[in-house]
Amino acid sequence: MELIARAAGAESLAAHLQRLGPMPALPSGALIAELEASGLLGRGGAGFPVGRKWRAVAERAAGGAVVLANGAEGEPLSLKDRSLMAARPHLVIDGALLAARAVGANDIIFYVGGEHATAQAALRQALAERPGDVRRRTRIVTAPAGYVSGEESAAVHYVNAGDARPTTTPPRPFERGVGGRPTLVQNVESLALAALIARRGHAWYQGLGHGRARGIGLLTVSGAVNRAGVHEIELGATLSDAAAAAGGLRGDVRAVLLGGYFGGWADLHEQWGLPLDAPSMRARGLALGCGVVHFLASGTCGVEATAQLMTYLASQSARQCGPCVFGLSAIAGAAQRLAAQSAQPGDLDRIIRWSRQVTGRGACHHPDGAAALMQSALQVFADDFVGHQHRRCLTISQPARVAVA
Amino acid sequence: MGEVLEIDRIRCDGHGLCAELLPELISLDDWGYPIIKPGKVPPSVVEHARRAVDACPVLALRLARTAAAVAR
Ligand SMILES: Cc1cc2nc3c(=O)[nH]c(=O)nc-3n(C[C@H](O)[C@H](O)[C@H](O)COP(=O)(O)O)c2cc1C
Ligand code: SF4
Ligand code: SF4
Repeated sequence: MELIARAAGAESLAAHLQRLGPMPALPSGALIAELEASGLLGRGGAGFPVGRKWRAVAERAAGGAVVLANGAEGEPLSLKDRSLMAARPHLVIDGALLAARAVGANDIIFYVGGEHATAQAALRQALAERPGDVRRRTRIVTAPAGYVSGEESAAVHYVNAGDARPTTTPPRPFERGVGGRPTLVQNVESLALAALIARRGHAWYQGLGHGRARGIGLLTVSGAVNRAGVHEIELGATLSDAAAAAGGLRGDVRAVLLGGYFGGWADLHEQWGLPLDAPSMRARGLALGCGVVHFLASGTCGVEATAQLMTYLASQSARQCGPCVFGLSAIAGAAQRLAAQSAQPGDLDRIIRWSRQVTGRGACHHPDGAAALMQSALQVFADDFVGHQHRRCLTISQPARVAVA
Repeated sequence: MGEVLEIDRIRCDGHGLCAELLPELISLDDWGYPIIKPGKVPPSVVEHARRAVDACPVLALRLARTAAAVAR
């Protein structure tokens, strides 16, 4: 296990150095080349190539860039970032220091969700173990709770002005971010993996993985499994491997939520052999996102579970853009009526139309993610939605168990 | 090269004036917020587009040269 600790508590600097040795003194260009050759993709949700992002910031930096390590983890079904920071804080710090060297940044900000107290304490303690020159360049900023606070422009806005709402782009943070300077916003798992690749080389990372997939990653597995929690996998491991890693399925399962509230539903029987890897999933119209895998028990109604997710997402809109504010709450309202078997005529048709319409019409991708989730539900639970339009539930319904934080 | 209509979704407060002036490219959703037809602005309506841009009371609309897309 590279990213998950075997022992309880945070790894000390001494234990970290004993396990991995010192950070390599690679110059910027070589470091970025290693990352590019490794094929490492970002783990905050979008799956953008990490090396390419470092290069884009390095080209603009002129020595004055900023690194923002994103540990906001607002996704309610995800635990992997807080677990990683709590267990291996020095690996995340190494990743941020290497990123700073590679892109030409002096300042490093750890942006950590305020509710992730253990993770924050571990990072604080770990920074205290570092030499003064590291401590002077780094600070921890507490991210306010909320789904959207972890969005990159929202994070930058919060650091700059204490307001965790997204801003209009362009300029994107890599062009103009913290203090107006080019800013590398990178998920903490991405940084930890970059720190391992810097030590061991791209060939090490490329040597891991199943099938055509390369590398390793963290999943948060929850729902109808025996051992919910964070699991490290070699990418390309299948959905059935993920279920096995979580102690097997508990009872009958029909559908699985992949990628989190921003991802989508998939039919479990169709996707049981699905390789968990961003490119393979994208090719099937699915998303690995931040690595959430949530199994929905067959006794739980997919319409009701989706209505809960949509209600949460609508409540998390930063309330700046009309289509996001009004569109998401209208979709959530109609989904609630469908779930409660009190649908009005045309509710289902309106959900279909609205979900298409809100996509791409916010300052950030919040409405896009919510609409994608809704559209996946309309496919996977197609019969259930039609049934609910006629006020009939096809599941002998138990209360939905999708945990909403 | 060409021009595309861009909208600042945070600024736009759904006055709907733009849809009146440029019905060829802009329609409104159920709440009065603009839906812009994707793609470049055809030369035949560029003048109308400019008028819509100028008329927006909160300066939320603009005509931009097509920029290279950067993934987020
Ligand atoms: C609504 C919204 C919420 C997001 N929340 C997070 C988050 O909590 N943590 C995170 O790392 N990325 C989050 N992201 C993605 C970031 O915008 C950004 O892409 C990411 O931090 C970049 O890191 P990566 O390339 O290593 O994935 C969010 C994006 C959106 C649209
Ligand atoms: S799209 Fe929604 S969440 Fe994103 S900035 Fe606009 S109102 Fe806020
Ligand atoms: S005129 Fe301006 S504010 Fe009104 S809907 Fe069009 S873009 Fe929005």
